[in-house]
This record gives sequence, C-alpha cells and structure tokens, in this order.
Amino acid sequence: MKNIRNFSIIAHIDHGKSTLADRLIQLTGMVDERNFKDQILDNMDIERERGITIKSQAIALPYHARDGEEYVLNLIDTPGHVDFSYEVSRSLASCEGVLLLIDAAQGVQAQTIANLYLAMENNLEIIPVINKIDLATADVERVVEQIDSELGLDPFSCLKCSAKEGIGIEEILEAIVKRIPPPKGDPEGPLAALIFDAQYDSFRGTVIHCRVFDGTVKNGDIIRLMSNQATYKVEEVGRFLLAREKRDKISAGEVGYIFASVKTVSDVHIGDTITLDGRPCDKPLPGFKEFKPVVFSSIYPIAPEDYEDLAVALEKYKLNDAAFVYQKDSSIALGQGFRCGFLGLLHLEIVQERVEREYDLSIILSVPSVRYRFTLKDGSVEFVDNPAHYPDPSIIEKGEEPYIRATLLMPERYLGAVMKLCMEKRGVNSKLNYLSPGRVELTYEMPLADVIYDFYDRFKSITQGYGSFDYELLDYRESNLVLVDILVNGEKVDALSQVVNRDQARPRALHACERLKEEIPRQMFKIAIQGAIGGEIIARTTISPFRKDVTAKCYGGDITRKRKLLEKQKKGKKRMKTIGSVSIPQSAFLAVLKTNTDD
Amino acid sequence: MNSEKIPGLYIHIPFCISKCHYCDFYSSTYVSAVPNFLNAVFKEMEMYRNRFDVFDTLYIGGGTPSLLSPKQLKDILTSVQKNFGLMADSEVTVETNPADLDQSPLESMRQMGINRINIGIQSFDEKVLGFLGRRHSAKQALSAIEASRKAGFENIGVDLIYGVPGQEMDSWLDTLKRAVAFSPEHLSCYQLTLGAETPLGIRYQAEEFLMPGEELQYEFFIKTSEFLEDAGYIHYEVSNFARGMQYASRHNQKYWDHSPYLGLGPSAHSFQSNRRWRNHRSLDQYLVAVNAGNLPVEETETLTMEQLRLEAVYLGLRTKRGVNFEDFKNRYQYDLFTEKREMLNRLLEEGFISIQDGRLSPTQAGLAVADSLALI
Ligand SMILES: Nc1nc2c(ncn2[C@@H]2O[C@H](COP(=O)(O)OP(=O)(O)OP(=O)(O)O)[C@@H](O)[C@H]2O)c(=O)[nH]1
Ligand code: SF4
Ligand SMILES: [Mg+2]
Repeated sequence: MKNIRNFSIIAHIDHGKSTLADRLIQLTGMVDERNFKDQILDNMDIERERGITIKSQAIALPYHARDGEEYVLNLIDTPGHVDFSYEVSRSLASCEGVLLLIDAAQGVQAQTIANLYLAMENNLEIIPVINKIDLATADVERVVEQIDSELGLDPFSCLKCSAKEGIGIEEILEAIVKRIPPPKGDPEGPLAALIFDAQYDSFRGTVIHCRVFDGTVKNGDIIRLMSNQATYKVEEVGRFLLAREKRDKISAGEVGYIFASVKTVSDVHIGDTITLDGRPCDKPLPGFKEFKPVVFSSIYPIAPEDYEDLAVALEKYKLNDAAFVYQKDSSIALGQGFRCGFLGLLHLEIVQERVEREYDLSIILSVPSVRYRFTLKDGSVEFVDNPAHYPDPSIIEKGEEPYIRATLLMPERYLGAVMKLCMEKRGVNSKLNYLSPGRVELTYEMPLADVIYDFYDRFKSITQGYGSFDYELLDYRESNLVLVDILVNGEKVDALSQVVNRDQARPRALHACERLKEEIPRQMFKIAIQGAIGGEIIARTTISPFRKDVTAKCYGGDITRKRKLLEKQKKGKKRMKTIGSVSIPQSAFLAVLKTNTDD
Repeated sequence: MNSEKIPGLYIHIPFCISKCHYCDFYSSTYVSAVPNFLNAVFKEMEMYRNRFDVFDTLYIGGGTPSLLSPKQLKDILTSVQKNFGLMADSEVTVETNPADLDQSPLESMRQMGINRINIGIQSFDEKVLGFLGRRHSAKQALSAIEASRKAGFENIGVDLIYGVPGQEMDSWLDTLKRAVAFSPEHLSCYQLTLGAETPLGIRYQAEEFLMPGEELQYEFFIKTSEFLEDAGYIHYEVSNFARGMQYASRHNQKYWDHSPYLGLGPSAHSFQSNRRWRNHRSLDQYLVAVNAGNLPVEETETLTMEQLRLEAVYLGLRTKRGVNFEDFKNRYQYDLFTEKREMLNRLLEEGFISIQDGRLSPTQAGLAVADSLALI
C-alpha cells in the first residue's frame, strides 16, 4: 500500500487536465503510439466532439520511480466546467492529493479557486502545476505570484510544465510519489468501499466503481450495500487501465470496479458504502455532499409509445450521472414524461444528448426553469419548478425567486461592460476587489433565472474568453412573477411556458417567438406564434408558408429517387413534435433560452 | 397485382450530338456506337419477350431519338411488334430535337406508325437557348413545329423550360404565346432544375449566377398555369398541359398511376407488380451485359406496401385526377380518408386540395406544393 498514490488532476476548464493525463499515460508506457489519441481519457463521443471532459475518468499507471521502487499511480482526470463540479468532488473522495493545474497564460480562474477549496475540504495534498509554459503569451512569473496571493499556496511548491510539448512531466511524476501520501487503511479489516461512480454495461449489467478504504473484496464475496442492505454476490473485481482489467481482489487504498449480479439498477447509489455481508464495517463512509439541481426541465419521448423505453433508459443513465434527478410528469401538449433536475444548462444539454445516443431515443426537453417559491393567500408555501404547475394568479400572495452570489474574475479592462451586463441581469450589491494590478474580482447578487438565461455565453464573449465565473446559491427574494405562455397557431404549448419577472415578460416573450421562428421550419401553412400572459397577447410573430416546393419532373427513374427523399423527410418529421398541424423540432424548446443559433 | 393494366414500353436512345448544359439524362455523344446499341436493344427485347406481352404505349426517348435514321426507327418498331406487339390504338411517341426535323424524315415517321411527336423546343428566346446550351435556334424550333404539322402529326407535344437565370417573366410569356400559336396538343413546361454534376450545376455552385427564388418560381408556376388554362389547356400534372384529356400523355400517366412499364436501353427503369429495376447508366456496361446474354440490370428493388402507398400519394397528388379513396383503399390497403381526416380538413380549409366524388385532388396552389402534400 505504501507504493500506491491516488490523485486527481483538477483545474479550470481547458487548462489542460486531459492533455496532462495523456502525457502521464504515455510516459508510464500505458499505451503504445499506435493506439494513442489526444485526450485519450475523454472516451465518450460527446466529449471528443465538444473538446471537454464531462465525466471523471480513473486509470492506474505503473511507475518506476527514481528511488528505484515500483508504484501504482491511480490518476483521476476531472472535468473543469462548473456544471460538473459534482464529478470533481466525488473524485476527490478517492484521493490523497491533487495536481492543481493553472494555465500559464490565463492564470488563476474561478474554477481554479472553486476546485482548490474542494481539495482543501478533503484535506488533500495540493501540488500546483503551471501548464502551457510553451505558449508565447505565457506569463509564468505572474502566475507564480497569483498562486501565492490569490490561492494562498506556497509559490515555491509549484511545478512548471507544458502538457502539450511534454515538458516537465517526469518532475510531476516524481512529485506525486514524493509529496502525495500513500493511502491509509487496513487491508485485513472489515470491508469499507465507497461507490463513487457506476455504469450500466449492456452485456454485464451494473458496474460499480469504488475506492476501497479498508478491507479487501474478491470474487465470490457476498457484498452488502449499506444504505439499503441489499446483498449481492461478487462476480468480478478489477482495476481501470485503459480498459477494465480483471484482478483477484482489490484492497484498501485501491480504486477499482466490482461486477455483482445487481438486478435492480436503482439499488446502487453513488456515495453508498459497500461492505461484506459476513463481516460488515460498523458505519458507512461519509459519502458525498449533496448537490442540489438548479435547473429543471421535463423530458418527453417524441413518440409517445417510447415512454416505457425512456423510463428504463433514465434509470440506467442515472447510474452514471448521480447529479441527475427525475420523477414522473405529464404535459397536455407532449404527453407522459419526466420532470428532471440538472446542475446547469450544459448538464441539461449533455443529458439530452447522452440519453438520445446511448439509448437510441428521440426526446424533447421543455423550456428550462429554476425553482420558484410562492406563498399563497391561505398562507401555504409552494415550490414550483415547472411552469405548467404555476399557481392560479388570483391565489398568490407573493412570489419569490432564487438568488445567487456570482463571483466574476476578469482583466480590469472588461469591468465596465461586465457591470452593464450584470445590471441588465438584475444584479445588485456589487463588490469589487482588485486581485492584482489589472485583475479584478467582481461579485454580484443576481436572480438565478437571469444567469441561466444566456448570461454565461454573453459574459464569455464580452470578456473574450478571459473572464471566468462561479456562483453559489444565496436565498429567495420577492419578485413580481408572471407566467408567459407560448401559443402556436392558437394552441398553448405548455412545454414552452416560462415564469419570468413582469418587467422582462414582453422582451422575453418576443425573444421566444423570434427564436421559434428561426427554429420551426416553414410549412405549407402560415404559422402564428404568440406569447401571452393569461389571455393577453404580449408578443407575436408569424412564419410565412412556402408556396412552391414541387419538383418539375417525375418519370421512370425519378420516382424511386423522389420516394427515397420523401422517406427521409418523413423520418425527419418523426423527430419533430407535431402540435396541431405544426411540426416543432426538438431544438426549438431549448433555443428559447439562448441568444442565437450559432453557439 | 396490376395484371389488368396494360403495360407501356420505353426505349432510351442514349445519344446526343452535343450535351446541353443542364442535362442530367444519360446520353453520350459517341454516335458511331448507334448500330451496336440498336443490336443490343433488339437482344434486350428478346430477353423480355416472355415477361411482357402486348403494350399500348411506346415512348422512344433519350437522348435524341431523332438522330436515328427513319430506317433505324422502323427497325425498332418492327422489333417491338415481333417480340411483344402493340395494340391497335397505341400511343407511339418519339422525342425529337428541332434541329433534326426536316420534312422527309418526319413524313417517314408518320408513315411507320409514329403518331405522337414531342419536340424539345425549350424556349423561343435565343439568349435562353444559348444559356442552356441547346444546339438549335428559335427559328429552327418554329419550322420544326410547322414541318411536323405538315407531315400529318395530329398529336404534337412541345417541351419548354422556365425559371432560367436572367429570364424575365415577359420573355417566358412570349415563349408560351409563340408555342400556343401553333395549338400543340400537349405542352410540358418544366422549371429548370440543376443537377449538381451538370455544367450549369457546377457553375451555380461556384455562385456564377443565382437561381430564381421561391416567390418568383411560384409566380412562374402560377402564371404558366393561368396562361395555358386561358388558352384552353388542362393543367393535368405539375408540369404538363393538354388541349383536352385525350391528349394527355398516356405513356407518362403509367408512371403516375403504378401501371407496369418496361424500359429498355441504358439508364431505363421498369416497373412490374411491386418491383422496380434500373438498367446500367453506362452504354459500355449495358453493351457488355447484353452481349454476354445477361439482363443489363444494375439494381432491383421490391417495394413494400408502405412504399407503394407513399408513391401512390405523391404521384397521385401531382396530377389533377388526384387519388380515388376507394381505389386507394383496395390497392394499398389504407383508408386515406379516415386515417388522415384531420389533415385533409386542414388542407381543404387552406385551399390546397378539393374532395369531390370520392376523389382527393390538388388545387393549383396544392400542385405548387405537391412535394409537401405527399408528406401528409
Ligand atoms: N499550447 C499548449 N496548449 C495546451 C497545453 N495543454 C493543453 N493544451 C490545449 O488546451 C486545450 C484544452 O486541453 P484539455 O486537455 O482538453 O483541457 P482540460 O482541462 O482537460 O479541459 P476540460 O476537461 O474541458 O476542463 C486543448 O486544445 C489542448 O491542446 C499546453 O501545455 N500547451
Ligand atoms: S438533347 Fe436532351 S438528352 Fe440530349 S443533352 Fe440535351 S437535354 Fe440532354
Ligand atoms: Mg479534460
């Protein structure tokens, strides 16, 4: 056990975690040149397409250190995006140390700080690493200073590297061995293993990913899940290399996986403790801090008959995404579905894409919403995260919406424009803090709903990518709320309804109408799109019908060609939701909250 | 399935003197291969003599059949008679290029039993003809029609093209006027469409010119329809007009109502029961196959009931006759009227279709969006 090191790579988004993982994997000879690809741990298609890490990923690396000893380094690459910080916090529970990466050109950013705090809460050894020193715009001196002044870490403890160019990688490996303590725990004691992830494998069933703190688990053992006392027989254990590698046992200090004949997928809970049925430990491990969803939306199958399949898919999906929560729901326009909670809009988009790809389903998500609080005239309090359940306005005493404290880091030159944006977003109580010459930290209290609604994209574009932002939930504050409905050809589409502050109702309704106009393809009929509060129409647009689409000729050979084209169009139409006689594409529902199509 | 319907025969003559810039039909300028080709077609006929019996339409298309000599055309007719037979009142059409239509070959054609002539005039505007890369002049087009009448053709069809870049509505209406002056029995008015691989298609993708927008296309479409209907023609299919339904192309209607047809020659298509097959789109491959004693078929597909249904709807809704609910139900086992009632009502309200005597037919506005109607 003294030759095991468990560590995560943490950083702000895009600071090079996965690229550094690549170099560590290559230097330890885990993969030959032929099988190597960039960001090799980003193995989901969606991660590769978007160029970001979504899931934490563990891999064991053998390392022959300068002290002559053989080590096993359990590396966990983590995501940097704020929506996935739950992944980071779970990974940290399996580690004794972290590499805290900082981009030499960008310096300390909001998630650098947020992730540092997470590591400190877990009492982990922190090794600051300045990455991308090869960049022409790198300013290593300045970053060293920030490590001291903004992070409060020992500036002399930091390493410098270029993950891309492979510079300084060996020093990192040596530091991991020397500075990160080996895991503690007793391999002979009663089993206590923490479930930090799980996955549904269509051949083998549920795969449990765990960190063993005490004891040993091996083939044939009867394990017990402590939260629900369910017991299972172990069929296989192993550890993570690039693929799963079967082993005889996994013991205290190790990270690995367990296959047991888990029949009920929902028995497995992330954060639960596994012990042995015959020799249980006395109390479960602490588990994870709960993350509360902040954005809510309903998922519906496009084809109503896919409802059962969707139910099964979500149950399996949830195994692999503990931050995702859902329950049954139904809509007048879209039928049976599920109300779901997400950690942010990116999280929501990722869930949509993964469920569609991994379970081959076509789904629609209703317009996302935050959770509002209403005090009714009879004194009762109701939380509403679904505009379809908006209370009858005549019985509402007062409405409240969630506020957050946003922390924005940026070069001083963007301050004016960012403050303007924050004010537009109803930000109040601003505080300004000069971190170092030219760099500021701005905090604002803002309604969460406004942050969800295109704030992040606009902030990034205003600061040309040099700004970063983090937030924490504060409290509920009174707000003059109204329900804005969208009518398509006079028919209310409840999945497009939004709760907004009255002052914003008109512009938001107009924006929704216009975005729908862009998203809904022209059809033979005129399509009227209206925004309404109760019976009052406050915004409208129309999509003019097309008048000619017919192909000139249709003889002999063209008939097949044309039919194939129509078949394709028919299939495309199946991916749209027909409401009244209007086909609304999937994308339209989420587009309502976005600024423009090209982001 | 369609045993009661009499099939039509199509023969593709894959030769042209020069290629028009917009053409995506299969044809070659290698005219010295004509004799070899004809021999192969005769062989191909023999291969089908047991699978097809008598026809009641024959359409010799292309390519440019009018570059065949009267003797060669005659040989084709003889071979058709020998292998299959033509019914007494058959419609026998030949597609022609105005440049080829001198008096004497026309008279021979008439004598050998060709009773319908289709002339690819396309336009009376020299500018448009030049843009399209046609090898004849407006003047030749005029004399071709005259000569055909003189030769005794009582069923003349004229092909025209509109929606050509730079073409003004007036130029198009002028072309229509000049065509109508001869009272042809049939007019096909095609909107120019550019295949990606054609010379004009390539120039279009290189953004050398713009194609008319949808509004303008619609205007061309409607003006054409109105003009010709005023002149006494029936707009019986998206691109086709007849001076009385007896002049509607009987052969082409077989394509639209799932009647059987046999296509001979490279790139020709055939349809029988629920199968459609397609010959090689290459003269060489065609010749090699036939000369080796094989059918020159490149691909065969068997249509499912659902595919037949989709075709029947979209083909039916391209014609004024439309779709008869009862016939449709019998043949395609689907009750269109009940299943699609809601959509049909909507289309009725919006003026895209009419429903009369158990028949669903497109209005003029409906014809213009027939592709979308097909998706109901
Ligand atoms: N010039 C330079 N570019 C680097 C270096 N390290 C990473 N990059 C680039 O930075 C970008 C982001 O790298 P990733 O490794 O995906 O970053 P990440 O931190 O894993 O990103 P997330 O997982 O999305 O948070 C990629 O384009 C890398 O090629 C470096 O040392 N030098
Ligand atoms: S004459 Fe007809 S087949 Fe020949 S090139 Fe011109 S358009 Fe094509
Ligand atoms: Mg990454």
